[in-house]
Amino acid sequence: MTSSSLFVAVRCVFVRDVTVALRRSTDVLTPLVFFIIVGSLFPLGVGPEPNLLSTMAPGVIWVAALLATMLSLSRLFANDYADGTLEQLTLTPHPLTTLVLAKIMAHWLLTGLPLVLISPLLALQLNFQYENMGILVASLLLGTPVLSLIGSVGAALTLGLRGGGVLLSLLVLPLYTPVLIFGAGAVSTHALGMDVEAHLSLLAALLVLSVIFTPWVTAIALRISLD
Amino acid sequence: MNRFETSKVECVRGDRPLVSGLSFSLQHGELLHIVGRNGSGKTTLLRTLCGLSRPNAGQIRWNSTDIHVLGDDYRALLAYVGHANGVQGDLTAAENLHVATRLNNGTDTLVKGALERMGLTRFAHLPTKVLSQGQRRRLALARLLVSKKNLWILDEPFAGLDADSVAVMEDILTDYLTRGCMVVVTSHQKIACGAKATQHITLDS
Amino acid sequence: MIYKKYASPKNFYPLAGRLIPWLGVLTVLLLAVGLYWGLFVAPTDYQQGESYRIIFLHVPSAWMSMFVYVIMAAAGALGLTWKTKLAEVLASACAPIGASFTLVTLVTGSIWGKPMWGTWWVWDARLTSELILLFLYIGFMALEASIEEPRRAARAAAVLALVGVVNIPIIHFSVEWWNTLHQPASVSKLGAPSIHPSMLVPLLMMFIGFKLYFATVVLMRMRYAILEREKHTRWVAEVVGTKAQ
Repeated sequence: MTSSSLFVAVRCVFVRDVTVALRRSTDVLTPLVFFIIVGSLFPLGVGPEPNLLSTMAPGVIWVAALLATMLSLSRLFANDYADGTLEQLTLTPHPLTTLVLAKIMAHWLLTGLPLVLISPLLALQLNFQYENMGILVASLLLGTPVLSLIGSVGAALTLGLRGGGVLLSLLVLPLYTPVLIFGAGAVSTHALGMDVEAHLSLLAALLVLSVIFTPWVTAIALRISLD
Repeated sequence: MNRFETSKVECVRGDRPLVSGLSFSLQHGELLHIVGRNGSGKTTLLRTLCGLSRPNAGQIRWNSTDIHVLGDDYRALLAYVGHANGVQGDLTAAENLHVATRLNNGTDTLVKGALERMGLTRFAHLPTKVLSQGQRRRLALARLLVSKKNLWILDEPFAGLDADSVAVMEDILTDYLTRGCMVVVTSHQKIACGAKATQHITLDS
Repeated sequence: MIYKKYASPKNFYPLAGRLIPWLGVLTVLLLAVGLYWGLFVAPTDYQQGESYRIIFLHVPSAWMSMFVYVIMAAAGALGLTWKTKLAEVLASACAPIGASFTLVTLVTGSIWGKPMWGTWWVWDARLTSELILLFLYIGFMALEASIEEPRRAARAAAVLALVGVVNIPIIHFSVEWWNTLHQPASVSKLGAPSIHPSMLVPLLMMFIGFKLYFATVVLMRMRYAILEREKHTRWVAEVVGTKAQ
């Protein structure tokens, strides 16, 4: 197949997924609301002491982002699996890896990016200092795509299984630990007035690694699940 | 001259053997009609012929090359309408067809004609979740008309269709076979179409 | 070829059956001598006193917990690429054994930690890595258990194991990194103290003993799994039939 027809196919998958997601806007909004609710529960649990909250803020925001992304992962393949369009996608004359990457990008655009954009709101609630807001947003910008990418493997492996949601979290959350450590670490290190270049470079390295490998692994997992 | 053949194909579901020792050879303009009771492995066999599942044993070849070796080249010449319609409920009928076209190097200009032929023009701009089961089936079949493929693999294409639509579909099959293409189909009913030759396989297990 | 011959479940089953008693006896011998040596003969550590002796269990099992995961992923890769049934069976037999080694590591680690740190659990880098490793094992077993079709289950779990094995070094590194940021360096790390030769011999014996234990148990589990998966074949009917009479 020529590269131009591959480009057409990739753009088509991306536009299709974004269109479908926008038409089911509740699917897009639910993880965001979940993100805010989880973040708001923490002060109720640990008390409203401002210093405590601002120390905990990076971790709380990052854990909430992790959980919100994980909740949204089922949207990635489950509907397409149920109505047979996923099957059709694997029967096109294009490398499945590339089409999967397009789907993940669409997923991030409507889950990861909105999380990044509303994270300052949650940060304000948690008495987070303004001067660290930039690092918070930067770390989430680098980290949330990794969450979508790694999550896609879990979503593909658990397709069509009973109790898929809980199982998915069992598979994916342990794999999220490095992202959490580097992401939340960047923010709290910056709050202590130290250099965060190393944290952000490590996050960027994770992003590069997962862009290269996870779509390929997800494509393999999809073929196994459809077998 | 194209040829689609299998040799001693064996399919299993779980640890239950469904199909074993299946061999056939299909040439241009020929139709293969697979019949069998529910649960006899027709769908599993078709999915295996598409390359979605791997056979437990045996080979499936297009022009003497294994389909798993051909990979994307095989998928470029194959169209499959499965048990599931592969129709996205939130997209309109026309959008669904455009997606199918762009993913399969088809021609966008064929979409209108395909909708018309399957009697879907009136519903082209409705989200497909409001369509009836039979209308969605017709949309799935319309996908066959938007791209040029050499081999159609159809799983119960007539399921849920009214008599008129069955007649239209048989016309479409006749046209397609006269052009020298091949069809593998499972169906509980007789298929009236002008195949140069029709082969029958009965699965029983 | 010998590999081809014994990779078929039918030939592997009796071979494993012949090996198990020998491996079992060796395992018991090594573990008994190693434990006695480690707990009663080896000298007391001048810093940690008697409580260091738990390393004779802790260190070999920590080592095995990683080793088994690697074996599991390698077997999974073999099963994915060549569809070797035996490799699929091996991978799935590894998981519960690896998980129990991980659990033993965690429990012995916290027992060791109690007198050292004054608390049962400290977010020590190695313990944290082990905890995440345990989660990875549990994920593998849960995924495998929730897929009914054995072939899909084995292949999906193999993909997960491979993703896990690539991630383990990254997780380990990130946890180490996190640990140095958040913990004062004065907390002594869990692990083998500077090793005196008289401690090395029993430690090595425990290492080999644990390996052999793993080999014995994995072969036993593989035999059961093979019978289960091949229950429709004639040779299994013969094996089971003769035993019943």
